[in-house]
Amino acid sequence: MTKPVIATASLAGCFGCHMSFLDIDEKILNLIELVEFDKSPIDDIKSFTRPVDIGLIEGGCCNAENVEVLGYFRKNCRILISVGECAIMGGLPAMRNTIPLKECLEEAYIKSLTVAPEDAFIPNDEELPLLLDRVYPCHEIVKIDYFLPGCPPSADLIWEALSALIQGRPIKLDYQLIKYD
Amino acid sequence: MSDKIKFTVDGQEGLAEPGQTIYEAAKANGIYIPVLCHFEGLKPVGSCRICSVKSNGRWMASCTQPVTQGMIIENMTPEVEEYRKALIEMLFVEGNHFCPACEKSGNCELQALAYRYQIMVPRFPYLFPKREIEAFPKFLLEHNRCVQCQRCVRGVQTEDGQKIFALHERSNNLRINVDRQLATEMSNEQVQQAMDICPVGAILKKEAGFRIPIGKRKFDYRPIGSEIEEKE
Repeated sequence: MTKPVIATASLAGCFGCHMSFLDIDEKILNLIELVEFDKSPIDDIKSFTRPVDIGLIEGGCCNAENVEVLGYFRKNCRILISVGECAIMGGLPAMRNTIPLKECLEEAYIKSLTVAPEDAFIPNDEELPLLLDRVYPCHEIVKIDYFLPGCPPSADLIWEALSALIQGRPIKLDYQLIKYD
Repeated sequence: MSDKIKFTVDGQEGLAEPGQTIYEAAKANGIYIPVLCHFEGLKPVGSCRICSVKSNGRWMASCTQPVTQGMIIENMTPEVEEYRKALIEMLFVEGNHFCPACEKSGNCELQALAYRYQIMVPRFPYLFPKREIEAFPKFLLEHNRCVQCQRCVRGVQTEDGQKIFALHERSNNLRINVDRQLATEMSNEQVQQAMDICPVGAILKKEAGFRIPIGKRKFDYRPIGSEIEEKE
């Protein structure tokens, strides 16, 4: 039997969820016995090399690139999991959601105290991913199969969810595993 | 004691004093019915409906409904629990609840209810409403997190009985309004009381945030309501 394949991505996140994933400590040795990694910042594989069983998404969608990557993951992953508050509800980046995008950009690039007024302009290069009007939770862009809340989700929650999925058993959610902070 | 009222909650028999609400009677019998807008010692208003139970095919708010002789109450049935879960999810999408950045996280009753019900994601779309933060000399009023439970309206008063917090407007525009003069005159104890009475992180005493470390907060290891359930 071939090993299940895992892929991960960080969209509009801080990589904290990936750090928490690595925080499973020595269990990572068990994990690499059980699974193989494909596209992920952990192994630096840039594009999918095969169909993936479990995709872990950290971060919500704040720009066009995030949406593209998320769609790419949905196409290539059998099961897609939103990991962390940002993927689930936008998280701290979504604090801009109540402020019009133009105001956010002006605050950062025009009105900011460290900007020289004569050079002030809002960057608009085609190389830059286009910002969305607001930050979107992943499940408002594509279908998401499971959600692991937390900021970050504890290593124990990520481990329990992954091992339950890999072994095909129901997840056991102890009270202290579910946290939103 | 013949004047006691007999009732059952999910098949478990209990005895109540006349005049007790369903919530109070259940609590006295070691049965937890989740509440949010209700606060011990304040007159219940039944506004959040988290405490809803079913009896004789009818929904009722257990914090306001008196218990009656022979009442058969459905509390932890899948239907009732699912209904409550949906209400909690609605409260989460209706405001801006950024738990990771909230001073009340770990001590928040709304969050604690969501933990108890193991809510991984709300089924409703997030609304991200535009709301303000008001500053007063001793505290902040964070409208983003307010769930309009009216606990502060009912529970925080000046020494001569004047209300400091009040409701303003209606429906989607409903929000808490503060008498700026009276709020300025509040003592440190009154501000602390207001912060404690608020179930979420909407009333925040200044310079008091994040004092309790993670792991020692109220709901870090014990689900909300466990103090009632473990009493028996």
